[in-house]
This record gives sequence, C-alpha cells and structure tokens, in this order.
Amino acid sequence: MLLIPCPHCGDRAQAEFAYERTADSVVPLDAAPDQAVAALFTRTNPRGIDEEIWRHTYGCGSWMLIRRDRVSHAIEWVKPIGPAVLP
Amino acid sequence: MAKYSALSLLRGAFNGQSHWQPAWRHPDPKASYDVVIIGGGGHGLATAHYLAKNHGITNVAVLEKGYIGSGNTGRNTTIVRSNYRLEPLSRFYEFSLKLWEQLSDELNYNVMFSPRGALTLGHSDGDMIRLAEKGDAMAVQGIDAELLTRDQVMKIEPCLDFSHDARFPIEGGMIQWRGGTARHDAVAWGFARSADSQGVDIIQQCEVTSMVVDAGRVVGVETSRGRINAGMVAICAAGHSGHVAAMAGLKLPVESQTLQAMVTEGVKPMVNTVVMTQSLHCYISQSDKGGIVFGGDPDNWPSYAQRGHAVTMELAVQQGLALIPALSRLRMLRTWAGVTDMSFDGSPIIGSTPVDGLWIDGGWCYGGFKATPGSGYLFADTLANQRPHEIIAPFSLDRFERGSPVDENGTGPFPNHR
Ligand SMILES: Cc1cc2nc3c(=O)[nH]c(=O)nc-3n(C[C@H](O)[C@H](O)[C@H](O)COP(=O)(O)OP(=O)(O)OC[C@H]3O[C@@H](n4cnc5c(N)ncnc54)[C@H](O)[C@@H]3O)c2cc1C
Ligand SMILES: [Zn+2]
Repeated sequence: MLLIPCPHCGDRAQAEFAYERTADSVVPLDAAPDQAVAALFTRTNPRGIDEEIWRHTYGCGSWMLIRRDRVSHAIEWVKPIGPAVLP
Repeated sequence: MAKYSALSLLRGAFNGQSHWQPAWRHPDPKASYDVVIIGGGGHGLATAHYLAKNHGITNVAVLEKGYIGSGNTGRNTTIVRSNYRLEPLSRFYEFSLKLWEQLSDELNYNVMFSPRGALTLGHSDGDMIRLAEKGDAMAVQGIDAELLTRDQVMKIEPCLDFSHDARFPIEGGMIQWRGGTARHDAVAWGFARSADSQGVDIIQQCEVTSMVVDAGRVVGVETSRGRINAGMVAICAAGHSGHVAAMAGLKLPVESQTLQAMVTEGVKPMVNTVVMTQSLHCYISQSDKGGIVFGGDPDNWPSYAQRGHAVTMELAVQQGLALIPALSRLRMLRTWAGVTDMSFDGSPIIGSTPVDGLWIDGGWCYGGFKATPGSGYLFADTLANQRPHEIIAPFSLDRFERGSPVDENGTGPFPNHR
C-alpha cells in the first residue's frame, strides 16, 4: 500500500485515495478527433515512471498529480491540481 | 513424442519409471523464424501449437523472458466459463469452452478440466433480473444457463450463509454447469509439449528488449540472447502488452494493473462449484488439493509490480467470510498477484496492428485463462491467413476509434472501472 503525501493533509494511507487516470489523458474539449481518441482510449502505460491524477476521495476530496514509479511504487512528487499543474 | 498412457505407466513399473523423457527441448535460438511469438504463457504456447497442428507452420519460436507459465497463466484462479451477455463474447468463449472439453485428449496431457459448474449468486431483485437477462442471452446462443431459486442454490452450496441476518442475503442464482476449473500449469505444459514435438522452439530466459523495424515493417526482435529475425511477430505478453508494443512505437488501449488471489490450507470438499456473485467483489472455489481459492477485484491503479495491495485483499476476504462463515476457521497459506492487461472496454484485443508484420493477442484483463485454447486456435488462424478470423474480428485494435467497443459491463472507457 502507498503512503501518499496529500498536499493538504500530509501523509495518508492509500486506502483513502482513488486513482483516476493518467495526466496525458486530459484533452481540451475542442481537441481534434485523433487527439481525443488517443487521450481517451490509449495509454503510454510505461513499465516505469508516469504522472497520474489521484483524488483524496475519503479525505479532503482534493485532486492531485502524482509522479511515481510503477514497478518500485516510489513516489517522486505530488502536486495539487490547479492552473499551474494541469489545464 | 512418447505418448502418455496407462500402458507406458505399466511399462515403467518394470524399469523403475526410468524411461520418461523431458517433455520439451531447450534449444538455442535460430537466426530466423517464420513466426516469433513473444510470451510463453498459455496464449503464446497455444498459438504455437495450433500454428503447427492446424496450419503446418512449424518454423516458430516462443520467446519467454522467465520460464513458461510464470506470468498470469501460473497465477490465475483457473475459472473456465462462457457465461457472457454480449454475443461477440459468448460466441468466442463458447468456442473456447468446447475446446476445453476435449483438450486433455487433444494434447495427450491431463489439464484436469473440471466442469463442476460456474455459479453466480444474486443478492437482490436487481441482481436476479440481470442474471435472467444474461441467461436468456446465453440460451439464445445455445449455451447452457439455468436460473436457480434460493432453495436450489441451498442444495448446491449448503455452506453459504442462508440465515435471516446474513450480511449478503441470497435470493437465487444462475449456473452454467459446463463451466469449472482446470490446472493452470498443466495447460502451459501440455501446449508446450505438443508444440515442441511438432518442431516449435520454446526458448526460455529470453527477454525481448526491442523490435527491429525496417521501412515500417517489423522484421525481427533483439533479445537477451541476441537478434532473432522473423517473418511475423506476435505479441502474447498479457500485462506486458503495452510495454512490448511500445517497442514498435504503439500505444495500446491497455493499462497494466495487479490482480491478486489467495489460497487457504487444504480441507475436505466444502465448496462444490465456482461461486461468483452478481454484486460482490469476491469469488471462491476449492482446488483439487482442497485449498479454498479466493479472488477479488483488480487493484484498480496502474502497477507492474507482481505484488498486491492489502485493501483489495481485505475486501475480498471480508465478503468471502460473510458468504461462507465457516471459512473464518481456515488459515490463509499464500497470496500472490499478477500483472493484468486491463483494456478500455474489458474485452480482449486480437488481430493486426498498424505496424506491418506485428500482430497482437492481449487485453485479456482478469479473464483470459478460459480463453487460452480458443484464442490460440483463432489467433493461429489469423496469423496463418493474415486476416482476422470472423469470431475474433469484433476484438480488433481499432474498434475504439470506430466507436465499436464491446463493453460487457457497460461501464465506459475506463480500465480501472472494470
Ligand atoms: C490473480 C489472477 C486471477 C485470474 N483468474 C482468472 C480466472 O479465474 N479465469 C480466467 O479466465 N482468467 C483469469 N485470470 C487472467 C488470466 O490469468 C490471463 O488473462 C491469462 O492467463 C493470460 O495468458 P497469457 O498467456 O496471455 O499471459 P501470461 O501467462 O502472463 O504470459 C505472458 C508471458 O509473456 C512473458 N513476457 C512478458 N514480456 C516479455 C518480453 N519482453 N520478452 C519475453 N517474454 C515476455 C511473461 O514472462 C509471461 O510469461 C487471472 C489473472 C490473475 C493475475
Ligand atoms: Zn487530502
């Protein structure tokens, strides 16, 4: 189980969080069809590091971006979602 | 290949059983093959077997980075069934189930297929309506499905909690009697032995590290044991589908997640069928050794680590204990996890890719063991004829951009909501 440092609440057990999707799967509403298809239906799915959107669902409820390793499960950083991090 | 039979056992009685030969060779890779299959799980090995048996294509290598069956084939809870609601899925899985029914004979290897019944419990009126709907859809396809009352379920599985204060009241169920379990390792070994005896090279400890692409066409692979040229390359890498496809520049509609299972100490027969439920996140069966095998939901977040997450396991165990309270007396012996290739509609991806010479069999999510003979048969046919077999055509890689997903659960394009 991960210990996730929520930007608002500090270190909390993963049981309080829900994974949503990867950061690169967020597209503008007016994206071109192939851009939208790629974002909605495909994933880089690396055996390594990726950036993911998680939510502290059973805590403060806020969204965050987590950069972590999918083999070792080490978390590199967590950032609150806002205009500076994700559009 | 020496045939296994009662007679060969008897013969062994006179020579101290010293006449047995290894079931497959350990060849060094050749410089080139007509077909290179990446992944020595059940799917890769079955594909090789049917390429040789049905199409006479024997210049084939199966490359496995560990040992055969060490991926999901050797980690799964071995449920075999064809109780699907959507026609493309029930048609495919029924094709596979018919192969299971004669697989031990076909391979001359006991895969211990045990059609003990695949039972789905209904806990509410809503559950029973969905089960009846699914059963009707199956019956229309000529697949056996029987809707059960509460009393009938009680006769089949008396250990379930039928008391008035049961945490999950049982209203009825649906059973596919022809469903059941099989011995996972034996499936890998049986297909390996048969493929090997027909000339296929099974090369273990051989990891594919990159693809050799020439003018837009895959012409070979680089491996930990050197370069191997190939007329065609077929990916059968389950949880590593995305990782391997990326070597050819492809991004798949797949996300890799861990799925766990666990087993208790062995006890006398107490769970007769494979017990699943329409509402809960756990399923239970009893292995031939007597262990109670549990499974639950995938961990629902991306991971390539073959280890599970305590929260999901706890949920499955809590629900299992509520269904069969007597299980609380048992000790859990082992838990483990596999990396599953969760697709965006929960259905597999089989067929061609946008890269010439590269074919894929993946996206099996948590349900591809029962597909093993069927997908091997149809994928081999697809490779031999360079076009999708009609039964697997609905599972093409481009179905998402065409707006034709095959979404059995109707939960939308989310690999983590399956
Ligand atoms: C806990 C669990 C329970 C399950 N329960 C069921 C069930 O009850 N019923 C059911 O039908 N299905 C079930 N499944 C799903 C089922 O196990 C899989 O869908 C199926 O076994 C996939 O078979 P495969 O041959 O495609 O994959 P695998 O057996 O995983 O084989 C893929 C192989 O590819 C190899 N490989 C990967 N990358 C490379 C590389 N770069 N080079 C060389 N080799 C490589 C791997 O080492 C692996 O051996 C379950 C899965 C899990 C994890
Ligand atoms: Zn928080």
